[in-house]
Amino acid sequence: MNPRTLFDKIWDDHVVEVLPNGTALLYIDRHYLHEVTSPQAFEKLRLAGRKLRHPENTLAVVDHDVPTSDRDLPIEDPECRHQIDMLERNVREFEVPYFPLLSVDQGIVHVIGPEQGASLPGMTIVCGDSHTSTHGAMGALAFGIGTSEVEHVMATQTILQRRPKNMRITIEGVPSFYVSAKDIILAVIGHIGTAGGTGHVIEFAGSTIRGFDMAGRMTVCNMAIEAGARAGLVAPDEITFDYIKGRRFAPKGKDFDEAVGYWRTLATDEGARFDKEVMIRVEDIGPTLTWGTSPETALPITGRVPDPADETDETLRARLRHMLDYMGLKAGQPIAGTPIDVVFIGSCTNSRIEDLRAAAQVMRGRKVADGVRAMVVPGSGHVKQQAEEEGLDRVFTESGFEWREAGCSMCLGMNPDKLGAKQRCASTSNRNFEGRQGPLGRTHLVSPAMAAAAAVRGCLTDVRELA
Amino acid sequence: MEKFTVLSAVAAFIKEANIDTDKIIPARFLKTTTCTGLGKHVFDVMRYTVDGHEKPDFILNREPWRKARILITYENLGCGSSREHAVWALLDFGIRCVIAPSFADIFFNNCFKSGVLPIALSRDICETLMRDAESGTALTVDLVKQVVIRPNGEEISFDVDAFRRHLLLDGIDDIGQTLQYESKIIDYENRQRQEKPWMPSIYIN
Repeated sequence: MNPRTLFDKIWDDHVVEVLPNGTALLYIDRHYLHEVTSPQAFEKLRLAGRKLRHPENTLAVVDHDVPTSDRDLPIEDPECRHQIDMLERNVREFEVPYFPLLSVDQGIVHVIGPEQGASLPGMTIVCGDSHTSTHGAMGALAFGIGTSEVEHVMATQTILQRRPKNMRITIEGVPSFYVSAKDIILAVIGHIGTAGGTGHVIEFAGSTIRGFDMAGRMTVCNMAIEAGARAGLVAPDEITFDYIKGRRFAPKGKDFDEAVGYWRTLATDEGARFDKEVMIRVEDIGPTLTWGTSPETALPITGRVPDPADETDETLRARLRHMLDYMGLKAGQPIAGTPIDVVFIGSCTNSRIEDLRAAAQVMRGRKVADGVRAMVVPGSGHVKQQAEEEGLDRVFTESGFEWREAGCSMCLGMNPDKLGAKQRCASTSNRNFEGRQGPLGRTHLVSPAMAAAAAVRGCLTDVRELA
Repeated sequence: MEKFTVLSAVAAFIKEANIDTDKIIPARFLKTTTCTGLGKHVFDVMRYTVDGHEKPDFILNREPWRKARILITYENLGCGSSREHAVWALLDFGIRCVIAPSFADIFFNNCFKSGVLPIALSRDICETLMRDAESGTALTVDLVKQVVIRPNGEEISFDVDAFRRHLLLDGIDDIGQTLQYESKIIDYENRQRQEKPWMPSIYIN
């Protein structure tokens, strides 16, 4: 057999049938549901008199618009309450496993999947959310789908897909001090652009990726979608197997050993062909953030905001001008020192225990600057609990951070956690689109450590200055 | 799903690349549990002032483009969030066809699922069509012949996946199609149980 990539192997292993037009009917091992993109799918299923083919391969949770304040209080927003009620009614009727709001298991769907051992190497995983790419860190083919596809997976446990192309991004070297997975993926997107991976599945390879823990790999795969890719992937290795072992839904005992035997066969074969390859030296990357309203507007914290006058293409020049105007920045200004109003540490990109530790390390013994609202939203009830056992909650609250309940929160501004107009936020989330975190809000994407540094100084700050 | 055969309509155009789905429909409007009624919020930030008044300059607030059923933009239309609400919002407004030099993957798939036809044409052609659209005369999109017909009669052919074209022309949802392969799905599941007996299911007490 020809040498195959990690992606090829997972894909080939899940093709049920290739249809006459070349589209594959792909089997889906795991389907995650949340309250925002599932109600219409359940409704259509009900109208057609269909059932879920495999509710036991499905897991539902509420995360997108749940409040992250005191959970003992009733939910004020009637629409949010309605969406939660609807999901609860649907999971009862269709017998879908579900983590309710008040369970310690509740959290952001892309945090809880790996955390519970429900996302495993070699699986196909889908969810009605683009950041499903996160689970690719486990060595699974995981991608976001629309609501009609959610319904299709519910009814058939399959999805119709054209085979994407193979792309590999190899990142080599040891990251320098305070350069995290987030800085690296922002720099990568800055390098290849928001459409750089369109039509491809990106395998992240190289010594830097191998050196990352699972949290770092998840951060990288999470943002593969911001490079336009269908999915991100990291080959499973000992770090992956150690992470999975003993988790709630993971195989146990002899089953685990047998699974590991299979997972070891998944890595890309020597000589396998990629349609596109990118090589990156990590030594070239410093703490990185975005200045504009697209994730590709990445900049080292030591850099300056671009000047549209330097741009020759008229459309691009207009776009840069528009972004500068929206973001309230001046052409050519140094990005460090820009005052901020809000700090948000959370989201499926950066809300795991490792992320909270990185931020807490910067905050220890320091205070949030006057006039800055700073919040930490853990990725799951378990992350919150773990952080409290380690005393991280006290580090945050004593420094002036709000310590909140798990959910998507200010990443997408669906729940009450929103930016006000023209408020500037250092955010560990994944999208800086116009209005993403609230109408006319201004988002700078940063790592957890950089977010903490911004909280301390009240402005975008090179975290290395606080070391 | 409503059939798509031939559409003659006014085309609106937005001269921007990378229009993301947050821009097409911001997250605060995703609290609905139905697919309809989102048209009034499509392109909310571009279309309305902060206090909710229409911005008179925005193309979808101007005649005759208020009744546009075709939308033309620049590259990478629909990037970002997977929300199918973006397509539902366009559809509810009346848009049945989107034309751009390129599309983001998930948005492209979502369009077909709700009966919106996405057509990829070169940047030059998109600009030509935008100039046509500027006059407010109708463009025709003929899925049967796979051509866009300019007001001057010139026909521009486009590619579309044969299977998806067939579903759109007949207005068929693809679950019914897939279930024709149910015996193959059962075979696959039996094989998987043999080959990967460790594959865990989820049971919560």
